[in-house]
Amino acid sequence: MESSAAGAPHALLTAGPDARRRKAVNRFMEVVSTAAAVVAVAVLALVVISVVIKAAPAINLKFITSNPQVSPFGVNTGGIANSIVGSLILIGLATAMAVPVGILVAIYTTEFAGSRVSTTIRFALDILNGVPTIVTGVFVFGILVLGARQSGWAGAIALAIVELPIVARSAQEVLELVPNSLREAGLALGLRRWRIVLRIVLPTAVGGLITGSVLGVARVAGETAPLLLTSSVFSNLGVTTNPSQAMPNIPITIFTLSESAAPQDHAQAWAASLVLILFVLLLSVTARTFHERSRRRLRG
Amino acid sequence: MTASTATVAVRSGLADVRTKLSDRIGEPALRVVSGLAGLLAVALIIWIVYTILHDAHLAISKFGVGFIGSQVWNPNANNGVGSFGALPFIYGTLVSSFIALLIATPTAIAIAIYLTELAPQVVRRPVAILVELLAAIPSVILGLWGILILGPFLGNHLEPFLKSFLGWIPLFSGTPSPYGMLNAALILTIMTVPIVTAISREVFETTPGELKEGAYALGATRWEMVRMVILPVGRPGVVGAVILGLGRAFGEAIAVTQVIGNATQIKASLFAPAGTLAAQIANEYQSANPGLGQSALIYLAGILLVISIIVNVIARLYVRRVRVR
Amino acid sequence: MIPPSAGDQTEMTKPEPSIQPQALNPAKPRSAHSGTGHGITLEKLNAYYGSQHAIKDVSIKFLANQVTALIGPSGSGKSTVVRCINRMHEEIPGARAEGRVLLDQEDVYGPKVDITAVRRVIGMVFQRPNPFPTMSIFDNVAAGLRLAGQRGNDMRERVHEAIRSVGLWDEVKDRLNSPGVGLSGGQQQRLCIARTVAVEPEVILMDEPASALDPISTLKIEELIDELKERYTIVIVTHNMQQAARVANSTVFMLDGEVIEHDETNKIFTNPSDERTERYVTGKFG
Repeated sequence: MESSAAGAPHALLTAGPDARRRKAVNRFMEVVSTAAAVVAVAVLALVVISVVIKAAPAINLKFITSNPQVSPFGVNTGGIANSIVGSLILIGLATAMAVPVGILVAIYTTEFAGSRVSTTIRFALDILNGVPTIVTGVFVFGILVLGARQSGWAGAIALAIVELPIVARSAQEVLELVPNSLREAGLALGLRRWRIVLRIVLPTAVGGLITGSVLGVARVAGETAPLLLTSSVFSNLGVTTNPSQAMPNIPITIFTLSESAAPQDHAQAWAASLVLILFVLLLSVTARTFHERSRRRLRG
Repeated sequence: MTASTATVAVRSGLADVRTKLSDRIGEPALRVVSGLAGLLAVALIIWIVYTILHDAHLAISKFGVGFIGSQVWNPNANNGVGSFGALPFIYGTLVSSFIALLIATPTAIAIAIYLTELAPQVVRRPVAILVELLAAIPSVILGLWGILILGPFLGNHLEPFLKSFLGWIPLFSGTPSPYGMLNAALILTIMTVPIVTAISREVFETTPGELKEGAYALGATRWEMVRMVILPVGRPGVVGAVILGLGRAFGEAIAVTQVIGNATQIKASLFAPAGTLAAQIANEYQSANPGLGQSALIYLAGILLVISIIVNVIARLYVRRVRVR
Repeated sequence: MIPPSAGDQTEMTKPEPSIQPQALNPAKPRSAHSGTGHGITLEKLNAYYGSQHAIKDVSIKFLANQVTALIGPSGSGKSTVVRCINRMHEEIPGARAEGRVLLDQEDVYGPKVDITAVRRVIGMVFQRPNPFPTMSIFDNVAAGLRLAGQRGNDMRERVHEAIRSVGLWDEVKDRLNSPGVGLSGGQQQRLCIARTVAVEPEVILMDEPASALDPISTLKIEELIDELKERYTIVIVTHNMQQAARVANSTVFMLDGEVIEHDETNKIFTNPSDERTERYVTGKFG
């Protein structure tokens, strides 16, 4: 270096011998990274567009509002009204069980429990979250269906077990974001803990709690495996509102139709998928966007 | 929520300094109820493990640990009593998931780097959401897509192509088929990329700026900085992300059973039909003989449960806190 | 050797020679191997963070093989100026610079100039020591060399030489493979300086290099700077006026993004020309 120092300063700032190679490698990696992102988005578009295109021939109002009819040749015609109703009931029941419990767990771990208990509960929730949904189905099958029969209750409970850790963890996150100064203000005013939680903490966090619950709903709306062993054999083809029987639902309907060889069944499967995917994606996008916004607002 | 609202809430309480009846009930009530909820969470997981092991007991006592090494899955053997073994499904689970992670990991890291370093600011959030939406697609729909669109493409185009070039490798020998290990692995890849990407992105975003500056000040190009700083510093987090993705892949039942062909034998070729633990349960539960047949399936579920718990615990060592997507 | 300055805040209230310019070493005869050093000239430099105009028409000549200090209150733009010299400023999203920064006669912002070469020739030491945490002591110092494609024994020799030149050799020679972050704060900073000099730059920029360190480490760093200026041109940003008095040949006082005064350190602290300079160095603000 010193020897060239006496020469023109030009030399100092020009690129070294392998600078071109380094620049090329850099550029290549930039292209690769961008390409990966493009591919991911493209796959998403591919799947969604496939569903839309393939569903187009079969999707219409009649499809959504009428029940399945099986022609003499065993081919499915008609619609998925019973599955839609059944799914809504199953999701509704599951959410009615999972959301209160999830929020209560979150309240316990953030407001009342000591750190060791809290860690244990969080650990259990993490493991629960990681249990494969088919295993959850086997579990509920074992305690409710074995020796009895499939039912909407069993299906809803299986879904609730899947939904619980999602709701609980997002609720924990949101409750932890509520500034401690608010709690302390309540204490200073003489409020007992429970009032602080109900009147101060929860209302502050309500936005995030709602969006977290919606994320849970979006997740279980598309779950098939928990229902496979608990609510997949439907005894009739009409709309059922009685959870003591197995309830028709969209994911299982799609699954069954997908395994069939008949093209008409496939068309119906696509159409049902369109209904489901729209529902799930819209819920997901809305929930994620608002969830981020709630968290940011809480962080202040 | 400000102090004024809190004041409103307490106005009634301040009037009486003695502990109000509602407080005497309310405080312990909330504690107990929420505590019960917490207990339920912990009890659930214990109950699940117990129930699975209990219902699998018949098969466990009959086949023992050798079940794991046995390749025979025949419900009709021994005059309909059945002889069962888990090895083909353990093999299928491992192979399909590992191939998926093999493809998904570099892809996810590349996307995470794109999102944290390269993408223009306006594009970051939308693209991040889009990638996460991949995980939101219900698996049954991905499976349908795998059967009707990916499958024919693999069977008619990609697999013959691979076979023509690489057919001398056992992995790519065999008859091209729309259903098989390769289809399942690709579907699993689509499912795991979003998970690994999301966690990796969080990890990369927390890289200390001063380290990045240190690399730039030495004359590093952006890629060199990524290689010197972001990747090494983020390695534990990325490993945790991959392990979590692996756990997801292990447990996927529906999409896999739709596209993998549900065979009960181990084949070398990726084109051949195969089976995984989760897919086999989904596939046979309805037709299983109550008793040993069912119990064998639940034994499979037990193996799957144990694997997933181990994976989760290990992942936790690497990723302290995973944000809910 | 630079004796620690006896000056402290109370002595600064008088405008007389209260800070003894003991640190001003007369220009040492240039040894043969340093040759002609390279100076930096800023010509009408302007820098922006988005729409915020942070540096206004700054023109400074940093003389070769000398230490120039940049002093001034927080927000005066000292760090920004320095980051424009090695083009780190533009790494911040939305930030840009206009004007000329000349290394001798060559504009660092010229169209054909390779940024990575600029940063190899103009090195930077940061306020908080930032050794790469996943690398050993050796690998840290070698980092820049490896980027430039150096390998083998030649590279190893340069690494050892760099560690010796910052006075760290005796302390680490037995543990070159241990993690760089295992060192004390002062050692880490010297490690970072070794990393910077290993690639043999012409100019070293230092952004408050000792402000995160204890007094003894600070002293060692200042001694090191005094030695380093034999071979390099040094620009040091500091909020510590005694430090500037101890190490710098000349000092630039900046305020609100503008250069107020640039003169021999001695003069800046004992008889500044501008009233604002006087008020700053006597502690009336900042």
